[in-house]
Amino acid sequence: MADQAVVTRAPLPAVTRESPAARVAWAVRSWWLAAAMWTRAIMSYRASFVMMLCANVVVTFLDFVVVILMFRHTDTLGGWTLPELGFLYGTSALALGLANLFVGSVDALGERIRTGTLDIMLVRPAPALAQLCAERFSLRRLGRPAQAAAVLLWSLTALDVHWTWDRVLLLPVLVVCGTLIFAAVFIGFASLQFWWGEAKEIQNSFTYGGATVLQYPPTVFAKELVAGTVFGIPLAFVNWLPALRILDRPDPLGLPTAFQYASPLAAALALAVAGLAWRAGLRAYRGAGG
Amino acid sequence: MALIELDDVRRTFTVRAKAGRLRREKREVRAVDGLTFTVEAGECVGYIGPNGAGKSTTIKMLTGILVPTAGRLRVAGVDPARERVALARRIGVVFGQRTTLWWDLPLRDSYELARRLYRIPDHRYRANLDRCVELLDLGALLDTPVRQLSLGQRMRGDLAAALLHDPRVLYLDEPTIGLDVVSKAKVRDFLREVNRDLGTTVLLTTHDLTDIEQLCDRVMVIDHGRVVHDGGLEALHAAGDSERTLVVDLAGSHPPIEVPGARVVRVEGPRQWLAFPSQESAAPVVAAVAARYPLVDLSVREPAIEDVIARMYAEVAIG
Repeated sequence: MADQAVVTRAPLPAVTRESPAARVAWAVRSWWLAAAMWTRAIMSYRASFVMMLCANVVVTFLDFVVVILMFRHTDTLGGWTLPELGFLYGTSALALGLANLFVGSVDALGERIRTGTLDIMLVRPAPALAQLCAERFSLRRLGRPAQAAAVLLWSLTALDVHWTWDRVLLLPVLVVCGTLIFAAVFIGFASLQFWWGEAKEIQNSFTYGGATVLQYPPTVFAKELVAGTVFGIPLAFVNWLPALRILDRPDPLGLPTAFQYASPLAAALALAVAGLAWRAGLRAYRGAGG
Repeated sequence: MALIELDDVRRTFTVRAKAGRLRREKREVRAVDGLTFTVEAGECVGYIGPNGAGKSTTIKMLTGILVPTAGRLRVAGVDPARERVALARRIGVVFGQRTTLWWDLPLRDSYELARRLYRIPDHRYRANLDRCVELLDLGALLDTPVRQLSLGQRMRGDLAAALLHDPRVLYLDEPTIGLDVVSKAKVRDFLREVNRDLGTTVLLTTHDLTDIEQLCDRVMVIDHGRVVHDGGLEALHAAGDSERTLVVDLAGSHPPIEVPGARVVRVEGPRQWLAFPSQESAAPVVAAVAARYPLVDLSVREPAIEDVIARMYAEVAIG
């Protein structure tokens, strides 16, 4: 019987220490596989999907209408014009929308722990974080970044930007780094739910709340708050600081110009901290001590 | 080859309980308290115990979900705490109460995902899927969304999903819970084949002791985080001091009869129940009854394993 067992089986997969790059690639692939499954699962309720998508577009559209209505009573806000505000709105909402699309589901961590879904993820050969981020992935979350991109494009046509090569380059860098910073905020604060189930509200105030703050010029806020977004939770690097360069505006804090180019660094730091928080949380959950 | 090895494995949880209005007291709970055992390749082991005995904590450590507080643990050659992903490729897990299948998608899609996630070579995937489809009678269900399957069909689907990647060890947590008699029988038949023909090591927790009687050649009873019995079913009966029952129908109503080596435990008209130790043969008792009383009919009842285990728990609690 033992001989037969050997014949009918594949050999044991080897335990190999994979390189960090291979592990990241595997995490992305796992996310992709799960997200594709969720997309098809949600498409099996097509009517519901279409209705939710429409509702999403209408709600997000009304969001910017509020800003437009405000400008019927004033020409500038904190010294910034409507197209400039459109630029802030578009970049902030686009970064948040993309981050939410890719990793937003991580905020349901507490619920996944309570229902035991996290345990099921942990017995699969894929990173739990990737599976969690892809959970309930839905293309209807594209509604928000699509609307944000539209507002951003409109603002770029309405603005009179003096396009130098560094400003042209800064625009895509801003969108990518802004998305990464919001993704880090999602993951970092969601990790608190390993210890404290109610932490979701804190995370919401920094992601959705933070994105709303970033839609207005830094000049309308207290300097302490703006400083907090530079040196604390690095939300200022999402759009405020690079926008100062692109729109050629003075920095209310008077920081060195280097800060306006530092979004990639801020994104890398934020992701590193979020990654450590996640690992510490998972270790605590599994009871690995430390 | 030992596929599962535990050496003095412990797992404690810190519980914070309210003590007074604001004060909170930390208390250590020992869920698993020094487990040492090995399971050889190809064994089918029943792992049973009352609720809160430490069963699911053990399973969670063996599947890499939880890390032991102390002790050494190896499954299929890897340390579950350190090599969670490598372990996942070597084990199959079925939770009776939770499905790992995709609710809104056809059964086949869940298997396709497993093929990619477990990186199953094409020929192995096809061979394993074909075998599972045949043995579990899944052919007609492959294109049905999982939400439309009955509980029994879904459990069969879950079993197949857990075996596509040739796991060395299969953990089953209450695999027959909530199933009807026919579905239970199908699941048990399949598990027997997997264990015998493929040599897959099976560790099974259940409250349905028929599962154990029909599948397992070894039973481990755990209580308060410790193994209180480890051996065959017969040994469990002996350890539990169990008794068999001889039911006799006499020609007419009788006062409790007197037979050496047995005692009457119940009388109902012409029918009487006699208990005798299960290690003893029934033959001398039957002969004694037939010699002295007008015997019309008889039957022998094996002790219910529930009773044996209940008695064992009671002893542990007293001891």
